[in-house]
Amino acid sequence: MNTTIMLFLLQDGITNGAIYALLGLALVLVFAVTRVILIPQGEFVTFGALSYAMLATGQVPGTARLAVAMGVVAFGLDLYAARRSLRLKLVVRSALLNIVLPVAILALTYALAGPKTPIAINIALSLLIVAAIGLFLYRIAFQPLAHTSVLVLLIASVGCHLALQGLGLVFFGAEGLRGPALSNAAFTVGPLRFTGQSIAVYGLTIAFIIVLWLFFGFTLMGKALRATAVNRLGARLVGIRTTLSGQIAFLLASVIGAISGILIVPITTLYYDTGFLIGLKGFIAAIIGGLVSYPLTAVAALVVGSVEAFSSFYASNFKEVIVFTLILPVLVLRSLAAPAVEEEKD
Amino acid sequence: MSALLKVSDVHVAYGKVEAVRSVSLEVADNEIVTIIGANGAGKTTLLNAIMGILPLTGSAAFAGADMASLDIEDRVAVGLSLVPEHRELFGTMNVEDNLLLGAFRIPKAIAARSFERVYTLFPRLKERRKQLAGTLSGGEQQMLAMGRALMGAPKLLMLDEPSLGLAPIIVADIFRTIGELRAAGVSVLLVEQNAQAALKIADRAYVMELGEFVLSGPASDIATNARVAASYLGFTHEGESAI
Repeated sequence: MNTTIMLFLLQDGITNGAIYALLGLALVLVFAVTRVILIPQGEFVTFGALSYAMLATGQVPGTARLAVAMGVVAFGLDLYAARRSLRLKLVVRSALLNIVLPVAILALTYALAGPKTPIAINIALSLLIVAAIGLFLYRIAFQPLAHTSVLVLLIASVGCHLALQGLGLVFFGAEGLRGPALSNAAFTVGPLRFTGQSIAVYGLTIAFIIVLWLFFGFTLMGKALRATAVNRLGARLVGIRTTLSGQIAFLLASVIGAISGILIVPITTLYYDTGFLIGLKGFIAAIIGGLVSYPLTAVAALVVGSVEAFSSFYASNFKEVIVFTLILPVLVLRSLAAPAVEEEKD
Repeated sequence: MSALLKVSDVHVAYGKVEAVRSVSLEVADNEIVTIIGANGAGKTTLLNAIMGILPLTGSAAFAGADMASLDIEDRVAVGLSLVPEHRELFGTMNVEDNLLLGAFRIPKAIAARSFERVYTLFPRLKERRKQLAGTLSGGEQQMLAMGRALMGAPKLLMLDEPSLGLAPIIVADIFRTIGELRAAGVSVLLVEQNAQAALKIADRAYVMELGEFVLSGPASDIATNARVAASYLGFTHEGESAI
């Protein structure tokens, strides 16, 4: 094998790895704060990517209407949960968040969507739509289960994944879509050609890691989120609402998912169910990071991306097999290194 | 004087087992009240129920308002604070961040003053402010847990076994600090197995046995009660028989 091919593969691997890193970080974040293993992370990717691709053709994606429908359900749940002590202030706040917000996003989407809408606006609209879906998904599916075991949350998570994937098929059809690139610029360094798109992938991944680091390390809300992850009861005892922490975690995860999707949809054709596989690769990175370590997850994601690039070159039939087999030695090593953990009591 | 905390006819059950039965208690402004009793008497259960961690039947009112519809977080916001038996610190975060989060519900300007107050009460915490909470000694962790609770400027501080597992010299330090809290306008509800120390600083006391209050009154009276002396203070007053 010559160096040029190796460099190509490495470049490819790192570009994909950067995306997996973003998704892996989101998974670690959500798990730490809410104990949910977020299988539907992949759907955030697909929804973000395909909403963007549809908006680029001037159509209003069905996800905008889904956000409104989910908001209505969330509003109903809020009212039901507070039925014993219903205060006007509470109802107004819930209505603003759950009804007015998604309706405003839908209205904005109808108003702005068109074949000539600038890319930046399409991106902003897709992010808003997916962020709202992420927020309501937490309210509808996970907030009522917040006190249950990790296993119950995982099963709910699988359910959400299947439901959202099915909705994806309804909204986007079985055909794959591609979106316009963020930039068509390109330059070459030696044998390697860097497109504006891949630079955007690197730049945004690094930017996100820095933003997350600043958020968790230096802001009160970021510290409150960490505190919720470290000690749930302790956090409640200082007055941190675990539901608020959960909402912020899901909001971040859905935005990260949607950004990942928007970054890759100009590079590869995405189908309604592609997100799952992409999300799973982020999940492998997160597992290698033990679902707790952000830096280890980021590094592992680059490894996953590179292994995938090399195996698709040498044994493309076994590409996924090789990538997913990575998880086995890691789990064996981790189970040997970690002391026996008592079964979680419910 | 109106009661700051008023709990009437409270029951707390784990499934079918009642751990607290028909308990009523009051804590007034600027008062230190202690609940003493043996292991398993239901003291911790009662505190947890008042804080909203466990559901209770009966009524619990704070500063004149019923708390039935309030979550733990809302109770913190109205000025009730619990330092739990297991302290529940944020072990992988440093002392300063733990304290900062204690002031999560109050405005930034007040939080700055809280920092000063807590560091004056516990100078040791100031020395260790960049150290991770999980690496502190037991006594320092207890100070941090109390400091974190005080950061929220509570009106009533509930302490669950603050002396548990600590060296006697540290215990004396902690109790001295509890005494100082009254001067700062904080009421204290103290649950303790170390009855002697608790009765010394408290104004009033309740004695709990098997989920019920069996005695209550001024702390000095309780301390000289023969039955209490025999069961909790480890000696009997000569010439009196245990009731």
